[in-house]
Amino acid sequence: MFDRYLIDADSLRNTGPADAPTGFAFDAKLGYYRGLGLSMVEKLDIAIDGEPLPREAVRFDEGLGPLTLDEMETAYDRRWPFGTAATILVDRPGGFPAGEHELSLLQQLRVSYLPFPAVNTDKKSVSLAA
Amino acid sequence: MSGQIKRGVSLYSFQEEMFLGRMNVEDVVGFSTSIGAAGIEILPEQNMPTFPHITDAQIGEWQDMLSRHGAHFTCYDMFLDTKLRKGELLSDEEQVESIKRDLTLCNRLGIRNMRVLIFVRPDILEKCVPYAEQMDVHMGVEVHAPWHLEHAWILRTVDVADRLGTRHLGILPDMGIFMKNYPPEFRARFERQGARPEVAQFIVGQHQQKIMCEYTIYEVAVKMGGNKAEVAMAETLRHAPYANPKRIKDYAPYFRHIQAKFYGMTEDCIDPAIAYDEVIPELVKCGWEGTLSSEYEGNRWIQDVEEVDSREQVRRQHVMFENLIAKAQSELEIV
Repeated sequence: MFDRYLIDADSLRNTGPADAPTGFAFDAKLGYYRGLGLSMVEKLDIAIDGEPLPREAVRFDEGLGPLTLDEMETAYDRRWPFGTAATILVDRPGGFPAGEHELSLLQQLRVSYLPFPAVNTDKKSVSLAA
Repeated sequence: MSGQIKRGVSLYSFQEEMFLGRMNVEDVVGFSTSIGAAGIEILPEQNMPTFPHITDAQIGEWQDMLSRHGAHFTCYDMFLDTKLRKGELLSDEEQVESIKRDLTLCNRLGIRNMRVLIFVRPDILEKCVPYAEQMDVHMGVEVHAPWHLEHAWILRTVDVADRLGTRHLGILPDMGIFMKNYPPEFRARFERQGARPEVAQFIVGQHQQKIMCEYTIYEVAVKMGGNKAEVAMAETLRHAPYANPKRIKDYAPYFRHIQAKFYGMTEDCIDPAIAYDEVIPELVKCGWEGTLSSEYEGNRWIQDVEEVDSREQVRRQHVMFENLIAKAQSELEIV
């Protein structure tokens, strides 16, 4: 319902030392018309130009400190509120590749009333600010 | 009795603008009262960022804000995360506790109607009835497409309510169950995704004739060699029932609030898809006194090609409500 709005393209930045970045980060919203407990966010799949990055490389931070996706599974007291950007951190030596690339995000949510997982996807052509 | 239908708005209607940060809840409330829709339906899990931790001070702020605009709450939309934990469902006791948490907050907000998700089991709700009575909150199970008023799953809740003789358990219809015509917004979106106009027309025609959806899906997917967009369009027919508006009077004692679902209004304030012109006269005839609460859900069908204007859509729906209510009342007086 909000797929096209998930990735904030202007938020892309590298993380770690400026001369030797260890990863990158961007802001994203939850593609759902309400907030959801973090334990029900099953996947945050990230890919660059269609190349998936490993699940272990991804961390999530809604403002209370970064969690791995495995840690999110039992974060029963934390929520990703409606319409609120959270930070997605990705470990990738060298940071985000130079120039314009397609960044994609897939969110798989365990929505209790649906018989199947809810899947949201967004893809945006992005580049690091010069 | 007639003339008691009230008009309201669910905050759900403005999900596009609120998601994008272009409107906040007070903007929605102010707009709603400006079109004479003073009843506000809230989704705490959407509109209260600190949910489920809501302080008395926060509740006070909400009440002050509503009264500044001459608005009031009508309904609380609950959720139940039975799949909170990976691999196991909440126990029955945990489900009851979660519902009681919502009943408590509903009561603290001064709201007397709670929209219960349709998948909540009737036996779980039965266990919540004593607490709902204590909190004086009506638990209305959402009757949402593809279910409908006389679906056996819905009748189970009605049976529980009858057996207990309670006025605190019933239903809460979503008007999507009265989809008389296929929404033009759906068709246009599928055509933009690659559905051929002749196949789209075939699907619309099948829906128009109320042919059972599985025939159409097979025709499109197999016989016509339908592409992805065409098959997806045909599959929407699984969720496009046209329930009989004449049955409304039989169920009216079980509901106090209506989610007035719609996907798009024409410029002359007609809903081309949902049969409000048949539903509203039935509500007026049986003297129903609840709130018609706008639930605009067209944003997701048009946001790829145009700016969503939920205000204008909701405004048009309320013009239609006023017209249809007045017409039904005048016809009632003539008889």
